[in-house]
Amino acid sequence: MLSIKNLQARIEEKEILKGINLDIKPGEVHAIMGPNGSGKSTLASVLAGRSDYEVTGGEVEFNGKDLFELSPEDRAREGLFLAFQYPVEIPGVSTTNFIKTAVNEIRKYLGEEPMDAVQFLKKMKEKMKLVEIDQSLLSRSLNEGFSGGEKKRNEIFQMAMLEPTLAILDETDSGLDIDALRIVAEGVNKLRDGNRSFLVITHYQRLLDYIVPDHVHVLYKGKIVKSGGKELALELEERGYDFIKEELGESVEA
Amino acid sequence: MSELKELIQNKYNNEAFDGNGSLQSLSQKGMQLFNEQGIPTVKHEEWKYTRIANVLNKDFSYAVNATAVTKADVDAVRLPGNEAANELVFINGIYHAELSSVRSSADELVILPLSEAAKGEYKSVVDANLGHSATYHPDGINAMNNAFAYQGLFIAVKKNKAVEHPLYCYYINDARSSSVLSQPRTLIHVGVNAEVFLVEEEITIGSSDSFTNRVSEIVVEENANVHIYKIQNEDSHSSCVKTTHVRQVGVSKVNSVTLTLNGGTIRNNLNFILEAPGCESHMYGLYCVKGETHVDNHTIVDNVMPNSFSNELYKGIIDENATGVFNGKIFVRQDAQKTNAYQSNKNVLLSDTANVNTKPQLEIFADDVKCSHGCTVGRLDEEALFYLRARGVGEKAAKALLLHAFAGEILDKIELEPIRKYADAIIAERLGFEF
Repeated sequence: MLSIKNLQARIEEKEILKGINLDIKPGEVHAIMGPNGSGKSTLASVLAGRSDYEVTGGEVEFNGKDLFELSPEDRAREGLFLAFQYPVEIPGVSTTNFIKTAVNEIRKYLGEEPMDAVQFLKKMKEKMKLVEIDQSLLSRSLNEGFSGGEKKRNEIFQMAMLEPTLAILDETDSGLDIDALRIVAEGVNKLRDGNRSFLVITHYQRLLDYIVPDHVHVLYKGKIVKSGGKELALELEERGYDFIKEELGESVEA
Repeated sequence: MSELKELIQNKYNNEAFDGNGSLQSLSQKGMQLFNEQGIPTVKHEEWKYTRIANVLNKDFSYAVNATAVTKADVDAVRLPGNEAANELVFINGIYHAELSSVRSSADELVILPLSEAAKGEYKSVVDANLGHSATYHPDGINAMNNAFAYQGLFIAVKKNKAVEHPLYCYYINDARSSSVLSQPRTLIHVGVNAEVFLVEEEITIGSSDSFTNRVSEIVVEENANVHIYKIQNEDSHSSCVKTTHVRQVGVSKVNSVTLTLNGGTIRNNLNFILEAPGCESHMYGLYCVKGETHVDNHTIVDNVMPNSFSNELYKGIIDENATGVFNGKIFVRQDAQKTNAYQSNKNVLLSDTANVNTKPQLEIFADDVKCSHGCTVGRLDEEALFYLRARGVGEKAAKALLLHAFAGEILDKIELEPIRKYADAIIAERLGFEF
């Protein structure tokens, strides 16, 4: 599904990812945790193809293809989805129109016929229920004036519509209250079907109470320094990131 | 330029208009000022970015008797929704009744040659308003039109009447056999409690050079509601200066949308003089240009009395070697306390050779006002573009989606659906937007 080997990347002159190795198999949920500035969001951005970052080494294979040979839109068409940490507000473009465009662009790429209006509406209704999102919100300009929770729910709704094979959630829990977090997590859980894989990036463990991962990795200073099962997340919650630093033999400030 | 001066002087001498009264004096003053000032060069502050003298430095003819234009020619250029519209056809600047179709009854809409209106029931309206724009444009271009204002058309929307059929005005230049200079002139009086939709388009038939110097003066009485939509979508050999001068003499509301889609050199002067307390004015503009098109929007809002509100938003999408100019002037006179005046100009440049000059000017003489202005010039929002692409929308389609949305904010202000859809279709095609 996704195979990351010795991935290195920088923004401007600053090295951020310093050799990441990660394998995600179909149906698996991986969580990446780590303190601020460890490179979590950079990893998400690099995988999705954000041009601010320069990949300086390593390789990433996605569903048998070299990810870095693909444009951002082709990555999405091949089944990669990034739920943004800060979804962009786009005045004048409704979610409905935008997602219809996206669905049909992806279908075109895959050599499928465009979806007709009836099929599309049916699918919309089905997925709207999944994330408890209202039609009126989807008719409005994309994310414009949406609350934090509405933006994140819209991300999960779009994910449901696009049916990716790998979904990357970049700090989807940030800025959410507990109710919004629950709705978003439930939406994600409903999309777990044994084949779809998830890479959940988060600073806090609480999201992982709802989206239970198969594997947890700790990212620190641009490297994965520790991997384990879901219990690793609990340990981090209890002991903080300092114990990782201690394990690495770094001095910890009091 | 001497050729143009000669052309204008000869026409003036040959016609020797003898109508006395306000038309006569406006004509004489216009001719005199034109001879003194000539065509403004870039040294003229108001023409700094628009080389109008270069455009006029060609061999134009001033043909007004263009009988060669047929109904079929007009049919070919009619705007959508025309079947429900009053259609006023001007050929080489002169109103042609035979080619026009007036659907509204005479108790709603009055259409008269200015020379007749200046004598009868509307004499006082003509005397008080014709040539008022010269105060704001004391230059050779405005003067050149004034010199022949007697050939213009008077339109009155009667008191208490909402004109059911919008007024479509086609300003057609017949440039099939030679280059043409035309100078349409209208004075429109919108009576108390009246409402009217005006749709105006400049059209050139034929491939010779075409230049239109149009002046439209509009007087808006109390409680009247006026909608003015202008469309410019010509070839590169067609240039124009359009002056729309709106006097809101009673508490009234005016909406203006100016669309520039293509052309040679285009100058849109738009003036709003808010002479009654509590007026409301909305000025919207969209220029979506490429090639060598040069579009210059000069706007003036003059707040004379208190409590008025004006909002101005002009947006530009400029590609290839095209140039956009925006100059927005707001005056708030000493008596115009509690004025709210907003102005914004936003531009997206799509090529390295696209150009924009934007200049807001505020002159405020009152102390209790709210005014704001702002302008942006930039590229498409990279973050938004990435967001769309990350969802599988291709780069070209994503750009089209964003630009279409950018333009849509202005197009949405057009309340006549056939016109809005027509403009939207042109923009969508231009941007490669196919959704």
